[in-house]
Amino acid sequence: MSQAVVDTAEVGRGATRSRPWRILFAAAWGQHRTKVGVAITLALVLIALIGPFVTPYPPDQGVENQLPFAKPSADAWLGTDTIGRDVLSRFLAGGLSVLILAGLSTAIGVSLGVAVGLVAAYSRGKLDDLLMRGMDVILSFPQIVFALVLAATVGPALWLLVLAVALTTTPRAARVARGAAVEIVERDFVRAAEAIGLPRRRILFSEVLPNITSPLVVETTLRLTFNIAVVAGLSFLGFGLQPPAADWGLMINENKNGLTIQPWPVVMPIIAIGLLTIGTSLIGDGLNRAAIGIERGRRGSE
Amino acid sequence: MNAAAALEVVELRIELDDGDHEDIVDEVSFRVAAGEILGLVGESGSGKTTVGLAVLGHTRRGARIRRGEVRIEGRDILALTALERQRLRGKLVSYVPQDPASALNPAMRVGKQLEEALTEHGFGASDAERRERIVETLGEVLLPVGDAFLRSYPHQLSGGQQQRVALAMAFANRPRVIVLDEPTTGLDVTTQAHVLETVRDLCGAHGVAAVYVSHDLAVVATLADRVAVLYGGRLAEVGPTGTLFRAAAHPYTRRLVEAIPELSGEHALVGIPGTAPRPGHRPQGCFFAPRCTYARPDCLSAEPPLAEVSAEHRARCFYWADVILEAAAARPEATPRPEIEVDDALVGVRELNAWYGRRQVLFDIDLVVRPRECLALVGESGSGKTTLARCIGGLHTRYDGELTFKGQPLAAGSQARDAAARREIQYVFQSPYNSLNPRKTIGQIVAQPLRLFFSAAGTEGRRRVSDALERVQLSSTVINRYPHQLSGGERQRVAIARALAAEPQLLVCDEVTSALDVSVQAAIIDVLAELQRELHIGLLFVTHNLALIRTIAQEVAVMSEGRIVERGIVDSVLDDPQADYTRRLLADTPSLEAALAASA
Repeated sequence: MSQAVVDTAEVGRGATRSRPWRILFAAAWGQHRTKVGVAITLALVLIALIGPFVTPYPPDQGVENQLPFAKPSADAWLGTDTIGRDVLSRFLAGGLSVLILAGLSTAIGVSLGVAVGLVAAYSRGKLDDLLMRGMDVILSFPQIVFALVLAATVGPALWLLVLAVALTTTPRAARVARGAAVEIVERDFVRAAEAIGLPRRRILFSEVLPNITSPLVVETTLRLTFNIAVVAGLSFLGFGLQPPAADWGLMINENKNGLTIQPWPVVMPIIAIGLLTIGTSLIGDGLNRAAIGIERGRRGSE
Repeated sequence: MNAAAALEVVELRIELDDGDHEDIVDEVSFRVAAGEILGLVGESGSGKTTVGLAVLGHTRRGARIRRGEVRIEGRDILALTALERQRLRGKLVSYVPQDPASALNPAMRVGKQLEEALTEHGFGASDAERRERIVETLGEVLLPVGDAFLRSYPHQLSGGQQQRVALAMAFANRPRVIVLDEPTTGLDVTTQAHVLETVRDLCGAHGVAAVYVSHDLAVVATLADRVAVLYGGRLAEVGPTGTLFRAAAHPYTRRLVEAIPELSGEHALVGIPGTAPRPGHRPQGCFFAPRCTYARPDCLSAEPPLAEVSAEHRARCFYWADVILEAAAARPEATPRPEIEVDDALVGVRELNAWYGRRQVLFDIDLVVRPRECLALVGESGSGKTTLARCIGGLHTRYDGELTFKGQPLAAGSQARDAAARREIQYVFQSPYNSLNPRKTIGQIVAQPLRLFFSAAGTEGRRRVSDALERVQLSSTVINRYPHQLSGGERQRVAIARALAAEPQLLVCDEVTSALDVSVQAAIIDVLAELQRELHIGLLFVTHNLALIRTIAQEVAVMSEGRIVERGIVDSVLDDPQADYTRRLLADTPSLEAALAASA
């Protein structure tokens, strides 16, 4: 028994470096809902990203010779808003803020939640209870109410909006992270890492975290979907970008009174926000189904 | 073979139901007479459980019976409708599963479950008659027959008792055929010995034809009248137990026998390199040829038929005559184990008591592991052997008493130990399916201790990873692969390589072979023995299998209920046990030699 025991059939079976998340994305991409979701999301993200650079008029200034709430015309394709600014320009310029605020708050919130969930799952006992019950307290407020309370006490500020939305995202991500990690931390490879004295931080982030990426990816897309709606809602209520800046949420608020005369400045942002959330939730759904499928396949083969 | 076979399986073929129609098993035929026990053996993936279930006309999800007949007393049950077959199960043919805990309904009293097994098949005209049968059957499986027992729930019973209830349910309707799927796997040797005896008595008394599915050849040798060996979904060999184990006509059977650890330890344990072919990955020609030492060119091109060796004995090999001839030649002698050279202690354990919560699991343990020696820690499940190993490995901290390592006191728990102690004591876990991070490549896994202890990275790190893998006989092509792409034996080698990368002085091996097939177990033992010989690493080898220790250990400590009951040189403990417990353990350990000696 001196020669290596790996036979060639074994090498052939696993010659490709199949990273687990790549398998997840490939499986998700195999479903129509994911493709539709990606198409919708991509289209809106492109509008939001490129829009600010291709506005026909400066979005924060009125258009010459146009009255407020003017109907669509050759000069202003979607007409004008409540103080005579070009609707198309404001629509093109107003997506980026929603996207950035929602993305940023989701990223911060999920990261924070993952950290809390991992520490809770790994430490068990009192710290676990303390952290998760703390999360439950935040969770007991409706997301938008919590953000409103914060915003109302400090006043409207963009960093506050991001922080508030992030904080309401945290407990939900923490629950998912803890739920997935609780089973992982009991495995022997975690014991093995402890036995050689790997620092706790590395056990959590380099041993445990890679094993819970699937549920976290799914949860992140779900949270992003919700946060887009919440951010737009808070902007609508006046806690986001302040006039005269262009923002989809703000547009709805500014123009709601003229809805019967000139619907476009309200309808366009509504359609955009609606499509964006549908797109991201389709992606999330596709990922979720893929993750479940992979899990079933893995169980079936063992 | 007489004509009155109670069970006859003819040309059975079972396929994967996924469109490719790869066969799981094919061309499987055998007969079992009333009162006879047929042992169905094979490694994992050989299709033995699939065949066992097919005897009930059942397949697991994703598989279907494609061809063949299963005749019970002349009646082909595969020709019946699913509903008719279901009615026969439990009555004409019954099944005892591997894990009784999951087979019994946890929310139903034992008596009720037994009664249900009877009423389901319309047995008995009255409650009194059924009651009488339940009492009779419970008596037969040596369970108490009182009301208190009948009113208990499964979780209130021990594993052995649960398995006896499952046996009682299977025998209650006096079936003609019974399939037992590794029913003693989770049980202690003593309980196992009793359950096996019960199975044999019941089959004899009621003339039941039994198919005993198992991977444990020593158990099968003790129990079965005839044995069928499955390899790659085909019958490799079938014949009377004594003939098959003494003069195997198929190279695979022969190699399997050589891989079984024996209590006497006279012969070397020899593993079978390579892995058994899975459905869809089977080679052309003879399935065993790629791993066979007898293979000639024609074995690689044509599949051999099941040749008749004698009236009762068949083997699927072109060269069975040569195999029998060579089998008479001596098996390789065991390599002499290195003598213990020094008298000082690598690890010292003094007056150690350990707890799980409030329950004390270790009592006044005194133990010494010498440098370069292998100390075997033997005991049944619940004896505390793993807890002791975990205390030494720094994974269990709820203890008092003194632990020393190289004369220095050893702190409780790896967190409290210095880097040197953490590096020099390495722990290898029982299940390689659990001890390797599924999201890391083999290279990353083995490099982890290197990065931590030696800050070795880059070229130097890669070289040392390759060295460690080579030590456990793995090629460095595995570096970029993930654990799920390796077989169980390969994974356990990786786990050992990870431990070696830390350049330890003590390797704590916790039941490292119990999750593996015998052919793989032999190879792993071989690797460990070589490490001890060549790298002079001390081993603490925890096992429940007494037969393994003569092959690898110099000293042995026998544990029972949290105490060490006997300790000494392996040969003297095994040849002349002093403690009653050791004697009983030795007597109950199923052994191929003893079984063959008894049948001769």
